[in-house]
Amino acid sequence: MKINPDKCVACGNCTYVCPMGAIYIDPVIRRATINRNECVECYACFNGLSQEHLNPTFVRTVRKLFQMARMRFDPEPDVCPTAAFEPENLEWPRVVRRAFSDPRVPHESTGVHGRGTEEVKTNDVSGRVGTGEAGFTIEFGRPGVGVWFRDIQKMCWALARAGVAFEKKNPVTSLMSDAATGTIRQDILDEKVLSAIVEIKVPVERVEEVIRLVREMEKQIDTVVALGVGARCDEKGEDNVVAPILEKLGYNLERAKTNIGLGRVSNAA
Amino acid sequence: MTNTLHRFGSAESFRDDYVVFAIASKGRNDEGALEKLRRFLRIAVDFQPVNLGDAMHGGALRPSKEMNPGAHWKRDVAPDFDAVVAGLDAPTTVAAVFDNRVAAEDFVQAVKEAELGLSVNISTSIEGAEQCCFAAGIPRHSVGYSLGFEGATAKLPEAKVLMLSTMCGHGMVSHGLAKKMIDWVKEGRRTPQQAAGYMTRFCSCGVFNPARAARLLEQAARGESE
Repeated sequence: MKINPDKCVACGNCTYVCPMGAIYIDPVIRRATINRNECVECYACFNGLSQEHLNPTFVRTVRKLFQMARMRFDPEPDVCPTAAFEPENLEWPRVVRRAFSDPRVPHESTGVHGRGTEEVKTNDVSGRVGTGEAGFTIEFGRPGVGVWFRDIQKMCWALARAGVAFEKKNPVTSLMSDAATGTIRQDILDEKVLSAIVEIKVPVERVEEVIRLVREMEKQIDTVVALGVGARCDEKGEDNVVAPILEKLGYNLERAKTNIGLGRVSNAA
Repeated sequence: MTNTLHRFGSAESFRDDYVVFAIASKGRNDEGALEKLRRFLRIAVDFQPVNLGDAMHGGALRPSKEMNPGAHWKRDVAPDFDAVVAGLDAPTTVAAVFDNRVAAEDFVQAVKEAELGLSVNISTSIEGAEQCCFAAGIPRHSVGYSLGFEGATAKLPEAKVLMLSTMCGHGMVSHGLAKKMIDWVKEGRRTPQQAAGYMTRFCSCGVFNPARAARLLEQAARGESE
């Protein structure tokens, strides 16, 4: 993403809406500027801000007059008054940032808009997580911190050493040069994304072991991790297998997504 | 939809937050899914959702690429549900957000009766989803639990900011904007509803809950904790 300095009026609205806090007003040029190292190409600025197409010279003059009179101009906070944001043509490997950070860009590996796969939300037709299994979503960088692929790789290496297999139809797995060892392509390790999800499935007997491993590795990576665990319910709609393990590990289960089982396979064979 | 799973807050704080979403599975029931997804959204409108959206085009309150400067004085904050339904042009995840359990229960019942054949999920407190299933006479098929945030949590902002920003799990509602909106409501520069509207427009799939956001903003401005 670029900010056109001829259009920017340094209103500062965009500095608040950037999820990475990567936009600031450069005091030298007096224009909004993007820290390209921290920018994850999520397009929240371009897609989320409403755009006016006001004359930049006019807006700067008005702002200057208000400033001189020590008056506060109070415009809407979600607007770029001069439509100064200009998307740029991203090339490899930087394009990976956008693929993982802009939710409107589908991943070629999954076809799903977002960072993961269908996981348990289509479990009623996919049968991905069966009885006696637990599906993990290990999400890095969320919320609002971001993650470098080199940090994701540390976790993947540890999971692979433990003999855990990665979900094949997952964007992170598709970027591994060796899924057996959890090694991610060398050329993207220094790319930062808003978040990325590693997906694995293990027998319920290994839930505790995996969680303890993840917790241990979290100490070695410089970001936040959001853990999700999916389980198949019994015929009465109860889960008396995975939830007790999680509670035993000290988790206070507050929120979940519940697949209510209305899906049916209907495509022609 | 992991982007609705990890909302920050206690189970009690989700009393006005019920996200019900439908998705077709690629290669299994995606043929002819578009009309079924539209029908899901149309059914939802009857139960007065607080937001409605799809993962490709956004929610019922969207940013404008050609905003009239007059909007600074008279901003339209009414959700446009018809635009969401009409704008759906390819199979994707669609969602309806409700601010009360009764509406969510009635909607789930209606979706069950419609026999769409799509996978339907409820994202809320575990107990809230169980109640919806019980009311509709549906046993839960699968559950995806949120275990919350771990690791370098010192990098996260305070709870009242997180409760707002995590309502867009894709991270399009920044902590910075959430903090700014709390401050603006506190200063009386905007109403909680107006501030919630600004944040809602950044959510790119329509799962942000403006009703819960307005409540949280009001509480935060008063210095009350959840």
